Amino acid sequence: MTTVPLPYRVTAVAAENADCTSLEVMPVGRALPAFTPGRFAMMYAFGVGEVPISVSAIRDGHRLVHTVRAVGAVTGALCRLGAGDAVGLRGPYGIGWDLDGATGSDVLVVAGGIGLAPLRPAVRHVLAHPGHYGRLHVLIGARTPEDLLYRAELDHWRRASAQVEVAVDRPGPGWRGGVGVVTSLLDRVDVRPDRTTALVCGPEVMIRHTGRALLARGLPAHRVQVSLERNMRCGTGHCGHCQLGPLLLCRDGPVVGYDRTRSLLAIREL
Amino acid sequence: MTGWPLLLDTLPAVQRDRLFTLADERDFPADSTLFDEGGVADRFWLIRSGEVALDVYVPGRPPQVVETLGPRQQVGWSWIFPPYRWHLGARALGPVRTWEFPAAEVRELCMADTDLGYELMLRCAALIAERLQATRLRLLDLYTPRGSVPS
Ligand SMILES: Cc1cc2nc3c(=O)[nH]c(=O)nc-3n(C[C@H](O)[C@H](O)[C@H](O)COP(=O)(O)OP(=O)(O)OC[C@H]3O[C@@H](n4cnc5c(N)ncnc54)[C@H](O)[C@@H]3O)c2cc1C
Ligand code: FES
Repeated sequence: MTTVPLPYRVTAVAAENADCTSLEVMPVGRALPAFTPGRFAMMYAFGVGEVPISVSAIRDGHRLVHTVRAVGAVTGALCRLGAGDAVGLRGPYGIGWDLDGATGSDVLVVAGGIGLAPLRPAVRHVLAHPGHYGRLHVLIGARTPEDLLYRAELDHWRRASAQVEVAVDRPGPGWRGGVGVVTSLLDRVDVRPDRTTALVCGPEVMIRHTGRALLARGLPAHRVQVSLERNMRCGTGHCGHCQLGPLLLCRDGPVVGYDRTRSLLAIREL
Repeated sequence: MTGWPLLLDTLPAVQRDRLFTLADERDFPADSTLFDEGGVADRFWLIRSGEVALDVYVPGRPPQVVETLGPRQQVGWSWIFPPYRWHLGARALGPVRTWEFPAAEVRELCMADTDLGYELMLRCAALIAERLQATRLRLLDLYTPRGSVPS
């Protein structure tokens, strides 16, 4: 693993919605080690700065896709890149989704907003390994129908046997889908608590509520994996910026069992 | 999970059967109205299949959908409390199959069989609490950058 950014080139850009852009990148020379679903890269927008961004698709060879939401200086600069532009990448960092541990069980994915980005490679992995997992349910919460990520791909997932349910907070005219919080979608799923692994990513409040709702349905906390965000600088467990109690989330996360994080998430200002 | 509606999921079988003697199967075609805001809340439904949208009437605009309900979920709780008027409207988004319960008879049954009444009201209260909590969460507008800012 390198701690110096390697040069990558943007090979494709796709606007996902008003503020999210997917960047496909390829190494210019040496490639980073292989990424797995749920892990992240430190992406460097030259001359602006560096931010942690999850991998949202892992394509053949060393092509990676990152879906970036423009919220500030660095993510804004990344979203303005075009095909052919250069970007620096280091990683892969963190612990991803434990998909081996989920073998043989149903997989229940619960995503809120941009939280679907780090979950997308996990969904694709499960669909690419029929027979390894039980049923796949994907529950997605979004602010509005227009904010929904990877719309066309959701239909592929449905056709490939996943149950995909979407609920938006604010429906526009013409929206015929679900309206409500993402946790209400749990009522639509035949959750088999003794044989389900849940993967959850979204705003932290949503993660807390989803965690509680899953436990109320009988899922053991260790079968609920959550992906948490903290401010990150080094990504390597050295600077301490990403601390959550005893955890350094760049090293011990971002995916952590809910059994380890449930009590930490209940503490304010940790 | 069982195939029962969530309201009755954990209700003892005897009490569930007693309640079901009052139920009728009732289907609604796509886009039909189950009830309008302000109307008399004289029944409620448990959805067997299909989707129902709850909406609010805003002058000069099409009805604004505030929540959708699907299979196994309950439509309507205004029948529990006087003055028994719907707070929202409800429309079938596609074909909807339900069990329909007459409110006055259910309330009478609850008075006559207070064990059943207590159990049923506990479940209705839990449902109302859950919808209140969901509404509060949506007030936070969690999916905006500000709403999801890491601490
Ligand atoms: C492990 C990990 C994985 C991540 N994966 C992704 C990803 O796949 N895609 C993605 O778009 N983002 C992802 N993020 C979040 C991303 O790193 C931040 O949005 C980014 O650091 C913001 O940097 P900035 O310089 O653009 O904004 P700043 O200038 O730092 O912030 C500008 C504004 O954005 C707000 N902000 C900062 N961070 C966030 C955030 N995480 N969410 C919402 N608002 C924020 C700030 O409070 C401020 O108001 C991830 C974060 C972590 C820790
Ligand atoms: S980001 Fe430096 S310790 Fe985690």
